[in-house]
Amino acid sequence: MPKFPSMARDGLANTQQRRNLQHATHTIRSKRATVVDEVPDWEELRVRGAAVKDQVLAHLDDYLVQLEASLTASGATVHWARDADEANRIVRDLVQAKEVDELVKVKSMATQEIELNEALEEVGISAWETDLAELIVQLGHDRPSHILVPAIHRNRSEIRDIFREEMGAVGTPAPDGLTDEPTDLAEAARRHLREKFLRAKVAVSGANFAVADTGTLVVLESEGNGRMCLTLPETLISVVGIEKVVPTWEDLDVFMQLLPRSSTGERMNPYTSMWTGTTEGDGPQEVHVVLLDNGRTSVLADEVGRQALRCIRCSACLNVCPVYERAGGHAYGSVYPGPIGAILTPQLRGTSSPLDQSLPYASSLCGACFDVCPVRIQIPELLVHLRTQVVDEHRGGRPSAEGVAMRTASWMFADHRRYEKAQRASTMSSKLLGERTTLGRLPWPASSWSGARDAPAPPRETFRQWWVRTHGSESR
Amino acid sequence: MTSAREEILARVTSALGTDRQPPADLPQRARVTWDAGRTVDQFVETTADYRAIVERTVVNSLPQHIAAALAGASAASVIRPAGLDPSWLTGFPGTVLTDDHHTAYDLDSIDAVITAAAVGIAATGTVVLDHGPDQGRRAISLVPDVHVCVIRADQVVPDVPEATAALREAINERRPLTWISGPSATSDIELDRVEGVHGPRTLHVIIVDQDG
Ligand code: SF4
Repeated sequence: MPKFPSMARDGLANTQQRRNLQHATHTIRSKRATVVDEVPDWEELRVRGAAVKDQVLAHLDDYLVQLEASLTASGATVHWARDADEANRIVRDLVQAKEVDELVKVKSMATQEIELNEALEEVGISAWETDLAELIVQLGHDRPSHILVPAIHRNRSEIRDIFREEMGAVGTPAPDGLTDEPTDLAEAARRHLREKFLRAKVAVSGANFAVADTGTLVVLESEGNGRMCLTLPETLISVVGIEKVVPTWEDLDVFMQLLPRSSTGERMNPYTSMWTGTTEGDGPQEVHVVLLDNGRTSVLADEVGRQALRCIRCSACLNVCPVYERAGGHAYGSVYPGPIGAILTPQLRGTSSPLDQSLPYASSLCGACFDVCPVRIQIPELLVHLRTQVVDEHRGGRPSAEGVAMRTASWMFADHRRYEKAQRASTMSSKLLGERTTLGRLPWPASSWSGARDAPAPPRETFRQWWVRTHGSESR
Repeated sequence: MTSAREEILARVTSALGTDRQPPADLPQRARVTWDAGRTVDQFVETTADYRAIVERTVVNSLPQHIAAALAGASAASVIRPAGLDPSWLTGFPGTVLTDDHHTAYDLDSIDAVITAAAVGIAATGTVVLDHGPDQGRRAISLVPDVHVCVIRADQVVPDVPEATAALREAINERRPLTWISGPSATSDIELDRVEGVHGPRTLHVIIVDQDG
């Protein structure tokens, strides 16, 4: 995949998406601020949230063993997966053993990360996403662009068109004369998916939290599709990142306070399901939990980087990020967009590809992401840490174009005569630019800098030139 | 060949290094002191904020309130958990079914469900079901389009920590829990809130005071 700056160009040029994103992020942002202000000890909660997660990470092996034991004791079957392929294989085998060719899914970042739907498709199993936004993304043959509102880049008429064109091919079609009113669109989704819920034999989920001392898994949601998936089918398979553990049932209350307010800006999300293995006569009688590593242990090995595993995927950092707001989620090239994606993705995947090397630079380092993060992840500090890693990996090799440009710049700034000459050159060039207000693309080596930025065009006259013109001589 | 389990645990252990203290308990958080009367009032406000219908009543007039709630939602049939007090539905003229291995398809043809609750949370407007005998299995309060939920005033606690403390026993018994804050809702289309996508579109919460 190309680097972030080139990926971002599509997002920047898409004015519809920019408008949708701006509206969405600002709305959620202000809702969040209001409900966070209601909580008198918010800062204390954040500190505690971070401390609980740090505690888990510092003893992850112990807690995983404890979680496995309590899950097993409550009737669940535990599987371990080193990477995406292994996790997909486990799920595929479990589904095939049930002799079904379809299943229902509740939105899960972990299964997106391992590309489970695609892996199931290969063996002829259809995995139906049931969250309204995920349904829009899936029917639109698209990718999610936000953690919380994955179809936020689509507007209502686009959604209506997708429903009209795609629903019929995979189940209950959209009703005739479907309008683009959100209530009508939601009703169409309800009818389309209800049929799938009622007949589903197998469901796949993720989990927001996994409680080590009790073996309880937790899913927060709004629509009820989660409850449908978690209770109606006979078999439930949950893919859970190993960092999702919390030590005790009592620790969960911190996150039940932090997550909804940070995420949707609500005091509480409409539905939370908590289940502990199997319950006779209620819900799935066969419950599987796949504990997933897929790069998490290597994040854990980096003492600075480790804190990224505290993330509870609330998406608050996306909604305050000026870079995300303009570039959109697709530019990050992974399921984790925005500031958290910029640090988590290169850590999970390593920094060998050009995209993953560019992600730590996809930030203005303004620090807003840290201020809102409910578990106090020092995202700006981590970005700098990862930039250092990327630079170190390159040291000794050919200098980058940006490196050359910056070295030239420092040579120029080091001496005032060179600086003035350069300034005069740039004001001359501004006459060539005519009425343009931004620079656009500069020639190499400056292109590596200007490619991702709209810098204002230089003024037609420098301050020094103006001084000389209006005051006669250059006085020192 | 090492198993995935052994390998992941070994990776974790090596990532963490060898000299480690065993996990220590985090210090207890200070609990808020609260005024029970105000807690229920706040619960009424926060629950109504979620576009649930909320009302308070006393135990003697509960059957009338339930009948009125069901009539208000135009429900002709209602399903009840086996352990629910049968007198609650004496005022309801429609069909009353007692849950007995009904399939999801059966449930889909029933208009409403009535349940009790385990805990209410004032700070957030949440009712929690622990699916005890008067709340039934999870599917019955999910598939019908109207959920009438009856909660005793003394089950309402101020905030989430008191709720998790009150639910410890249910968790020890490995009972599933469902936390419900308002009706099913989505904001996925241009952030316009729409009630009811997959869960019940109407949530009617009735708070009963024991005396009076
Ligand atoms: S990094 Fe923090 S703010 Fe961002 S999604 Fe994770 S928990 Fe939320």
